Order: sequence, then C-alpha cells, then structure tokens
Amino acid sequence: MTVAVNPSQTGEPVFYLADEHPHPEGWSTPLGFWIYLMSDCLIFAILFATYGVLGGNYAAGPAPKDLFDLNLVAVNTSMLLLSSITYGFAMLTMQQNKVAQTQMWLAITGLFGAAFIGIELTEFAHMIHEGATPQRSAFLSAFFTLVGTHGLHVSCGLIWLVTLMVQVQKFGLIEANRRRLMCLSMFWHFLDVVWIGVFTFVYLLGVLR
Amino acid sequence: MSPDFLKLIFGRLTFESLPLHEPIVVGTFVVVALGGAALLGGLTYFRLWGYLWREWFTTVDHKRIGIMYMILGIVMLLRGFADALMMRGQQMLAFGGSEGYLNAHHYDQVFTAHGVIMIFFVAMPLVTGLMNYVVPLQIGARDVSFPFLNNFSFWMTVGGAVLVMASLFIGEFARTGWLAYPPLSNIGYSPDVGVDYYIWALQVAGVGTTLSGINLICTIVKLRCPGMTMMKMPVFTWTSLCTNVLIVASFPVLTVVLALLSLDRYVGTNFFTNDFGGSPMMYVNLIWIWGHPEVYILVLPAFGIFSEVTSTFSGKRLFGYTSMVYATVVITILSYLVWLHHFFTMGSGASVNSFFGITTMIISIPTGAKMFNWLFTMYRGRIRYELPMMWTIAFMLTFVIGGMTGVLLAVPPADFVLHNSLFLIAHFHNVIIGGVVFGAFAGINYWFPKAFGFKLDPFWGKMSFWFWVTGFYLAFMPLYVLGLMGVTRRLRVFEDPSLQIWFVIAAIGALFIFIGILSMLMQFAVSLLKREQLKDVTGDPWDARTLEWATSSPPPDYNFAFTPVVHDNDAWWDMKKRGYQRPLTGFKPIHMPASTGTGIILAGLATAMGFGLIWYMWWLAAASFIAMLAVGIGHTFNYHRDFDIPAEDIIRTEDARTKLLAGAK
Repeated sequence: MTVAVNPSQTGEPVFYLADEHPHPEGWSTPLGFWIYLMSDCLIFAILFATYGVLGGNYAAGPAPKDLFDLNLVAVNTSMLLLSSITYGFAMLTMQQNKVAQTQMWLAITGLFGAAFIGIELTEFAHMIHEGATPQRSAFLSAFFTLVGTHGLHVSCGLIWLVTLMVQVQKFGLIEANRRRLMCLSMFWHFLDVVWIGVFTFVYLLGVLR
Repeated sequence: MSPDFLKLIFGRLTFESLPLHEPIVVGTFVVVALGGAALLGGLTYFRLWGYLWREWFTTVDHKRIGIMYMILGIVMLLRGFADALMMRGQQMLAFGGSEGYLNAHHYDQVFTAHGVIMIFFVAMPLVTGLMNYVVPLQIGARDVSFPFLNNFSFWMTVGGAVLVMASLFIGEFARTGWLAYPPLSNIGYSPDVGVDYYIWALQVAGVGTTLSGINLICTIVKLRCPGMTMMKMPVFTWTSLCTNVLIVASFPVLTVVLALLSLDRYVGTNFFTNDFGGSPMMYVNLIWIWGHPEVYILVLPAFGIFSEVTSTFSGKRLFGYTSMVYATVVITILSYLVWLHHFFTMGSGASVNSFFGITTMIISIPTGAKMFNWLFTMYRGRIRYELPMMWTIAFMLTFVIGGMTGVLLAVPPADFVLHNSLFLIAHFHNVIIGGVVFGAFAGINYWFPKAFGFKLDPFWGKMSFWFWVTGFYLAFMPLYVLGLMGVTRRLRVFEDPSLQIWFVIAAIGALFIFIGILSMLMQFAVSLLKREQLKDVTGDPWDARTLEWATSSPPPDYNFAFTPVVHDNDAWWDMKKRGYQRPLTGFKPIHMPASTGTGIILAGLATAMGFGLIWYMWWLAAASFIAMLAVGIGHTFNYHRDFDIPAEDIIRTEDARTKLLAGAK
C-alpha cells in the first residue's frame, strides 16, 4: 500500500487518509506465524542444548550404540521427508484450485505422518522394553524429551491437518483456508528441518560416538 | 466412600491440605472471602455481570484489554506487597532468641510468592497493559494484529494469577525462592504441591505472555499508519518492539526449563537430579537465559515511558532520538550475553566469569547514553513538574544508584563476596522499583486521562509519590549496609543483635511504601469522585507530542475516524504546529473485530487443567485438555470474526466530540 505522504497538489499537507482501505484479512498472519515458528524453534534449540550437555551422561546405562537401529530410523526419516514432498504437492494443487486433488495429497501427507509417529512409538516401546526408560539416565531423559517433543509436534500437525481437511471439504479453497494451509505447510516443513537436526545430531553422531 | 475412590476424584487433595493450622492464612482467607463475597454480591445486585461479560471479559478491544491488565497488576501488587510487609515484620522481630511470628514453612512460601507475584503478576501485567493500551494508538492503528489472541493472552495471565492465589488457601506455595532451583525444587526435597503450583501458574501465564509478544511485534511491524517509518516511531513504540522481541526470544526458554522440571517431578526423569547424570546447574543456566532478558523486558518499556514523559513535559523534542533507538536495540542484544553473572560462584572459571562480567559492564554504556539523552532533553526545556515528570526524575536519581551497584556486582571477585547477600536484594529492588515501578506509575499518571477522560488527582498523587520515594530509600538503603556486612538473603531469624536497627529502619520504609500504595488507591477514588473537575475534553491534556493524543479521551472504539498520516517523529506536535484541522465530514464505515468468549473459556480450561495436574486429579486434567482442544478447534470453524461500525455511529461519535471541543474553547 503506497500512500502519498508528501504535500498534495494544493500544497496542503495530508494528515489523514480520506479514502481508506482496511488491511486485507490475514494481513499479519504470515509474519505472526513465522515469529511463532521461531519461538518454537527456540524450544527445540534448548532441547538440543540440553541433549548436547546431558547426552553423554549414560549413568552406566545403555549408550546410543546399544539402542539405535539406524535402519529403522532411516525408514522413519524417509516417511517424514516424503510427507513434506506430498504436502508440497498439496500446495501446488491448491494453487490450481483443485479441491479433490488437494485433499488427496493432504490425506497422503497425513498417512506418512501417521506412519512416522507409529514407527517412532514402536522404537520407544522397544527401548523401554529393554530397560532404556526415560528415567534410566540423563542421556535417555534428554533423548526421549527431544525426540518426543518433535513427535508431539507432528501429532499436533496431524490433528491440524485433519481439521483443515474437514474445513476445505466444507468451505472449499477459500482465502482463509488457503492461508491456513499455508501456515500448516510452514509448520510441517519446519518439523522436517528439526528432524534433520535430530537425525544428524542424535542418531548419526550418537552411533558414531 | 472408599479412600481409593476419593483419591481418584480428588487426587492428593484432602482436608489436611487446607492450611487451617495457620492462623494468619485463615485470617487472610476470611478477609478475602468476605471481600470477594461483597464484590460478587455487589456485581449481582447491580446486575453488572452481563455488562462485564459483553463489554469487558469478551472484548477484543486493545484499550479495554490494556485496562484489565492494569487492574490485574494493581490487585496483585496488593497481594505481593502484603508478602513484603510480612517479611519486613518477621526480619525486624526475629532477634535475640525470638522466632518472630512466621514459622519457617510459612516464611519460605512468603518470600517465594513475593518474588513470583511481583515479577510475573505485577510488573508484567503493568508493562503489558501499558503497551497494549498505548502502542496501537501511537502508531495510528485500530487494534492489534490478532485481537482474539490478545484477549486470550490476557486471560491466560489471569489464569496463572488465579493458580498462585489458590495456593494460598488450597495447599501451599513453593518454598524454594522465586526461581525454584533444583535439587531443592525436585520431588525428593519438595514433594508437596508448592512447586507444582509454581510450575503451572507460570506455564499458563507464560503461554499468554509469549502470544502477546508475537501479537505486539506484528502490530508494530504491520499496522503502522502511512508515513510512520521505523525511525519515525515514537520511542515508547520502539522500546515496546524490543521488549516483545525479547519476550518471544526468551519465554520459550522458560517454558522448556519448567517443562523439564515437571518431567523430573512427574515422570522421574533425570535432567536436574544429583544422580543418574542429571545436572542441577543446567537448570540454573537455562532459567537465567530467560531470566536476564526478563529484567530488560520489564525495564525497556519503562525507558520508553520516561522518554515520552520527558519530552512532553520539557516541551521539547526528545534529545538524541536515533541514539535512543540504537541504545535500546543494543540493550536488547546484550541482554542475552550476560546471564551467567547471576551465578559467578558456580565455578565456571576465570575466563568465563570475565567474559560475562565485561558484557554486563558494557550494558551500562547504552543505558548511560539514555540517561544523558533525558538530561539533555530537559536541558533548557520548560519543565512542568506534573506527576509523570516527578516520577521520571525520581527514576533518574534512583536508577543511577541501582545501576552503579549493578556494575559493582558485575565484578566477579566482588560478586563472590556479595553473592546472594542483601546487597543483591537492595540492588535489584533499586532497579526494579526505581525503574519499572516508577515507570509504570509515570505511565499511569501520564496516560490515565487518555484512557478515562479525566486526569488523576494531583494531591493524592503527590502523597503517593513522596511516600513511595522516601519509603523506597528507607527500606532498601539499609539492605545495602546489611549486605556489605555479610547478611544473606531469605533468612528468617538472626543471631547478631547489632543488625536489628537496620531491619527496623527497613520495616519503617516498607510502612512508608504501604502509605504510598494506599495514597495511590485514594488517588484513584478521589479522581473518580472529582472527575468533572479533572475532566479533559481536548484529548490532549498535557500538550503532548505523539499520535495517541490526536484522538479523543477516551478514544472511540475505532481509535481514529480516519487513519492518520505521519510526517514527523512527534507526529501530533507536527500536526498541531502546521494547523491540522480535524475532519468533520466524509465518515465511512469502519471494519472492526468482533468480541468473542472463546479466550476466557480456553484460559479457564487451561487453569482447570493446571489445577488438575497440581493435585494429581488426572481426570480433571485430561477432561480440560480435551475440552480445550474441542473449543479451540471449534473456534476455527467461525470464519466471521469482524463487523463494520456503520457510518452513522461514527458520525454520532465524532459530532459529540466536535461539540465538546467547541465547548472547551
């Protein structure tokens, strides 16, 4: 919105807008959502830092080498990465205004996300079964909290995804729903980025250590 | 009924949890219950519930939310100050074998509650309230970016306050000091509900604070009126922007560290334990990474208030606007690089301590620059010694002392002597009272006529001022002396009788402050009664300089009938000088957000969830959580959250103002 703030043609300064157009709906939303994501990023930063400090304190308990199954983690990572790609497809079809296809890609994204959560829960259950519980050592406390917080975020994303699918079904790809899909898209990709960090620093470096 | 069944419903809440054996608490409860019953009865009798619900509780108007924040802050100030009086009384009496009148169990809760309440539920609401009220007006906006979120944030803050207050009568509060360091705050040493009250009160309120931070950043970045470039923003808006950046960049740290502490307490993890690889110092580091920016979150808006007040009451443009902005930004950044000075004694070695000592000292440079800017603004100005200006001058004198003792404490070897002593207590009260509280009072006296259409009574204002200022010096200068003599904080009884006189002086000071607070309440009451005499019809009672004074007092719902266009830092001053004529015709409908009760419902559910988690009433926690999800998702199905104020309403409001203004001349 550009407005002449210089004196008007008559030489009189302009002190107010006689003809005003309100900001479009959702004018601040992308910025607001970005700032929210950055605050969320800080949550992960602190959890990573905590893992960095406490991650070597095994308290004579199991270490990453004894626990992590890289094959399983690789499958899991690919689930999440694929879900990001399919979300991208959903956004592309949304741009073309194709409701059915958008819904389809969103559903596939949801399935990949659910698979990710499922595999993660299996991994957790396996570890706990072997006695590697969050209570066992500071390393395991930090591990379960970092990875679990990420999983919790993905689960929230899934609830959000289902909600949006219902809303798209009910109201179509209206402006408000496009904006919401855009926000969830940012959220989903953000979780992907965080997972890359988890995969590298927790799993890969953990097995090397 | 079987005990198992009762346990399922009430968790660990039993009749024994009620502090019936503490006469002081029971007495307080009786007074609060009678007062509360009178208030609720009055509201019912005068049929005000509907009005309050429609016009206040569900409002998304930033001005009303701002006022509600201020009310919350002032109410909680009374509670926090009652704790202060109790501590001063205890420390004054507990000499020569006397145990005083507070047992250790109660005293430890009192000092913890005092700190928590004063920071989170007094200083934060006062600062947030002023920002909420003033910032949209100063930037020529109609509301904040996310009006619903604003309402929700406020009620989350209230929810936290409710939990803290509940701890007074149901169970107990933490006995750990206001930052709840582990291992003391861990389940082994604090098995009771106190620390859980602490955790969930701060978590609930913290969500509100973070969201309100995001909201105000967006408001300042996206909703400024045409012509207001970043370097034309009023200084208060600048300091608010920096404060909200600090909020968003630090409150998540608090959220995480409290979440980790609750995992330790509820699940049995080992983040901050002494064994199994946990590290209590990790907690101390993390909480101060939030905690140090927090003090700047509080004081930066105060700096903004002093800037507005100084230039208005000196009748001059603010000296060194650009340096003021840069100083604010530099403080914002540096506030993240000093946290370790809170625990030099941790033993991190000479190089680490030196780094944090030096960064701490560097902060005094931009702060000093601000001080000189205010002085130069006053220099050769026509200073009017109205109440806001008096508070500003009291701030400048007091804060310099607090700043200098702060630089003293920043020297690690000196800190090894003074760590956790009353010298430290004197220092931070010196800067928080001298900076934040005086700033809030300057702001209240300055913007009150804007919010309510009449000025505050000067006589009771001056009473309050003089009692507060002398009371402050009487109460805290003795603590510097005691601290230098080696007295540590949070002590309940003393051996050495020669120390007593200093505690007596400090207690007298606290009484002075008490009279100051009463005078302030009196000031509100008297002003309300004399509102016709104190009335301001111009909308600009102080001959001020920024945009909020361009509209009426109190401003209409829509703030400005036409969005202003700005050409100068002191936009309103510029308009006045260049003969701005208020538009009288051409009004159009204005698009505004609609009220909603979702915010208060969600916050109520969050508070109930906190209560359930504190008392191990798992059904309550789970039910409230699911209800929150349902209400939150349900709210997103409402796509129509705005309405138009019809042009006729605007014409009516503006015509009324035209008549008032004509009468004023």
